[in-house]
Amino acid sequence: MTAPRPVGDATRPLLSVRDLTKHFPIKRGVFGRVTGQVRAVDGVTFDVAPGETLALVGESGCGKSTTGRAILRLIEPTSGTITFDGEDVRALDSTGLRKLRRRMQIVFQDPFSSLNPRMSIGAIVREGLTIHRLAEGSAADARVRQLLEEVGLRPEYSSRYPHEFSGGQRQRVGIARALSVEPTFIVCDEPVSALDVSVQAQVVNLLQDLQRDRGLAYLFIAHDLSVVEHIADRVAVMYLGHVVELATVERLYSEPIMPYTQALLSAVPAPEPGVKRERILLAGDVPSPANPPSGCVFHPRCQHPARDAACAKIVPPLEEKAPGHWAACIKQPPTTVSWEQQRDAGGTNPPEFFLPRAALHRSA
Amino acid sequence: MADDAGLLSVRNLRTYFYTDAGVARAVDGVSFDVAVGETVGLVGESGCGKSVTAFSIPRLIRPPGRIEAGSEIFFQGEDLVLKDEKYLQGIRGNRVAIVFQEPMTALNPVFTIGDQIGEVARIHAGMSKRDAWAKAIEMLKLVGIPAPEQRAGEYPHQLSGGMRQRVVIAMALVMNPALVIADEPTTALDVTIQAQILELLADLTRRLGTSVLLITHDLGVVAENCTRVIVMYAGEVVEEASTADLFARAHHPYTEGLLGAMPRVGREKDRLATIPGTVPPPTSWPEGCRFRDRCPYSWERCAAEHPPLYQIGGGHTSRCHLADEPERRQHPHPPLAAQRGATAA
Repeated sequence: MTAPRPVGDATRPLLSVRDLTKHFPIKRGVFGRVTGQVRAVDGVTFDVAPGETLALVGESGCGKSTTGRAILRLIEPTSGTITFDGEDVRALDSTGLRKLRRRMQIVFQDPFSSLNPRMSIGAIVREGLTIHRLAEGSAADARVRQLLEEVGLRPEYSSRYPHEFSGGQRQRVGIARALSVEPTFIVCDEPVSALDVSVQAQVVNLLQDLQRDRGLAYLFIAHDLSVVEHIADRVAVMYLGHVVELATVERLYSEPIMPYTQALLSAVPAPEPGVKRERILLAGDVPSPANPPSGCVFHPRCQHPARDAACAKIVPPLEEKAPGHWAACIKQPPTTVSWEQQRDAGGTNPPEFFLPRAALHRSA
Repeated sequence: MADDAGLLSVRNLRTYFYTDAGVARAVDGVSFDVAVGETVGLVGESGCGKSVTAFSIPRLIRPPGRIEAGSEIFFQGEDLVLKDEKYLQGIRGNRVAIVFQEPMTALNPVFTIGDQIGEVARIHAGMSKRDAWAKAIEMLKLVGIPAPEQRAGEYPHQLSGGMRQRVVIAMALVMNPALVIADEPTTALDVTIQAQILELLADLTRRLGTSVLLITHDLGVVAENCTRVIVMYAGEVVEEASTADLFARAHHPYTEGLLGAMPRVGREKDRLATIPGTVPPPTSWPEGCRFRDRCPYSWERCAAEHPPLYQIGGGHTSRCHLADEPERRQHPHPPLAAQRGATAA
């Protein structure tokens, strides 16, 4: 399997993730015997270019947050490689890891539990400066004020505590904290999911402004496809621990290839009254990652007309279907899994391109 | 007064909470109607009072909350504010049912789902245990749960989020209620599951002729499911219109702001419009127009005079003085909240 490359970027990627897996053991009984594995992340590969926003989308339990945390080594990956700015992240010791986190930061989803309630917001933002010995004394005070201002908070508030702020304002504090060490890359783990729509817009605009001014790269983890379309350059769609499609925003929203992406896009409510959208209603629920389906993990719920027995046998490679557009489906041509191979696996329907109207939001 | 054609008629509803921090006027003079078979959307952001409004209808407000004197809630011609607890218990789950946001907290973890659905039928229809169990299986079938006979014997934790929400809907529909209050029924669910659940709710209520009060913050959900929308801000109704009217001709600056702040799939990628500032705390609503500080059109009158609900078209009302002085819309300015910068709540 060749790895997806950032579109139109010949230079070295900032972050490069290869075959990343994270399996959580299932323990039973008093002796904690391991009886199985939850394959939360199961072979994820992508690149993030400097200054780029790659969105990681998918539904609850698809492994998108685990992927984000594994990259920062907030949880230890089971296998795979993570290269950040030429450095092997998985080989770093604790000193190296601390140095790395100056360049790689995270903004969490829940602005209520991710800030220490006993620290003033000034102290929260200042902590990173102290740990990394970036500024001390009055220089640090000035830096904190400057950071608060940059994220749209009044510097006078630096002595106040998190409970005095609303959700959107706390998220700004979280962003200021991440920015304090001047990273080049930030994992944004559902940073606006807990916010109301008007506040969400404020934070989205802020993230975009900061990216423009500082050349930040984001891994933007989200489940809201409208927000993702707005903020991302490229999108990776995850399902049951796998990246099933990866493309530029324009390509993904105008020509989703993987049937799961098609269903996901068709489910987005359209705020246009009177326009009754067609829906691809997926049958049933997402299977358990402790016992994922064989072959293509999406095959039991797939609506592709050519779906057949081969889908249950062959694990579809994430392959380049069009320039810069990667998808994992053996029924969407072109595919490197030949028809002969599919027939040998019990396939009865040759691959045939399928793009239902319901998956399209943009009228052609 | 009660409207004969209406199923539900809420008049001047005021629900206040008496807290240490002062009196929180969470719902502050709300009036609206729901007709038979109609799906009405109640939208607004956190803290606007939409959920408190909904829970006030079947009188599910507990101290320190109180429905104030002078509030009227006519349901099928009877004023629920005047009724005793016994009467209300006969109504709740029977003629008025609620679908809660978080299905895990709405279900009891130590009873099987068959028992919980059947309980509604036992209490309200006096069914025997055996009949109630059969009813539960019938309801599970109705909401599209596969292998209902087997599922009825399972516990809530054995089901996925989408399945649990189906169970909660099944429980709400057991007695074929006249009104279903759905409080953010799909907010906790993923988008593909949300599509399934909303489709199911729409289909069932159409078939059974149920009225729905759908509480949500998602205007996309409203556009697809509701015939009419009520927008709340700071404890008040600020705009009410048919869904088509609201999206095409939003009048209130708050509604306008909400629509602009929403990223939409397939739209041009402009910078998102924002509403600067935050909702004021319910213990101290501003005098005059409560949206004034965040509004790009506000002028002296907005500080001096609390705007009434102006009639601006057939079935379209808006709590904004712009209805009286429309030319002011031509001259937007940075809202006061933006001039001040972000303020602590």
